[in-house]
Amino acid sequence: MVTLQLIPYSQIETLTSIGRIRKLLNIAKENKIVLLQGRLRKDEEAELIKATMEEISPEFKGIELAVINPNENLTGLRRIRGGFANMLLGNRQGMTVIGPANVVKKIKKDPNKIELFTQEAKSKKKRKKKR
Amino acid sequence: MGFFSKFFAKLFGGWAKKKGNIKLGLYGPPNAGKTTLANIICKDWLGEEMGSVSKVPHETREIQIKEQISMKSKGKELLFNLVDTPGIATKIDYEDFLKAGLKENVAKKRAKEATKGVIDAIKWLDDMDAVVVVLDATKDPYSQVNITLIGNLEARDIPVLIVGNKIDLKKAKIKKVQAAFPQYNVVGISAKYGKNTDKFYETLFKTVG
Repeated sequence: MVTLQLIPYSQIETLTSIGRIRKLLNIAKENKIVLLQGRLRKDEEAELIKATMEEISPEFKGIELAVINPNENLTGLRRIRGGFANMLLGNRQGMTVIGPANVVKKIKKDPNKIELFTQEAKSKKKRKKKR
Repeated sequence: MGFFSKFFAKLFGGWAKKKGNIKLGLYGPPNAGKTTLANIICKDWLGEEMGSVSKVPHETREIQIKEQISMKSKGKELLFNLVDTPGIATKIDYEDFLKAGLKENVAKKRAKEATKGVIDAIKWLDDMDAVVVVLDATKDPYSQVNITLIGNLEARDIPVLIVGNKIDLKKAKIKKVQAAFPQYNVVGISAKYGKNTDKFYETLFKTVG
């Protein structure tokens, strides 16, 4: 059985970078797939990878990570508007998926969708998330 | 550090960089061919290799540095220290090394060293003056490791050149790599066979020089 845990951005908004990373990583270590509204900052993503490596053990093999950012393909004024909204409201746009490697075999991402292959499914059954 | 020490460090630090203390990092996911490319660069410009390569991922588990490499092209010179880094990954499973034929104790040791290698590679990002991101052109360029890595370099204002390696393989799709990162210089090479390295050096000069 696969458990998904939805985390609204408001739940991490007031936390420090370390607090955010610990919260998300602790959920992943419980073998749950995290669906975070919005995304971490780039430096926080790198810190998440570092923190994950510190936690690797025979029981916890790491994470699969994917971020969908709707602003990525925007240009000109729309991109500036998106950036301004992020400054005011935080990175609420898009979605971050963090799956424990014990459960999630692979996350395949193209700019508009995320395909999540679970370990049990061995790539035959797949869960799709479309934007 | 006091005000004057900071002032002099800034003044002479910049001068030293211009004189050739540039740190050029090779970054990317495991088994993309970073050390194979490092070996090509070192053989071409120093006459010696940098490190060992293997089909088993995470062969490079420690930061490796070759100092004072002098690259020359069209009357210009680029002097740099080449920093080969362990592949950045979000998961490391010692059982993958068992499947590759390693013994259990060797596989577990390799996994432990590999995790430390990833941490060190990320820590070293702040020290880089320019980075060559080496990607396997036969694999999906949209992997989050690639995007996080390039995003972090962009946030630090570090010049980036992207290399799509393994273009000798039929599955290689260099156009897909270029489409994934349209704002960067992307060069397709085969580090294994030394294919298109002239174009790589030329683009490196443009990016870093």
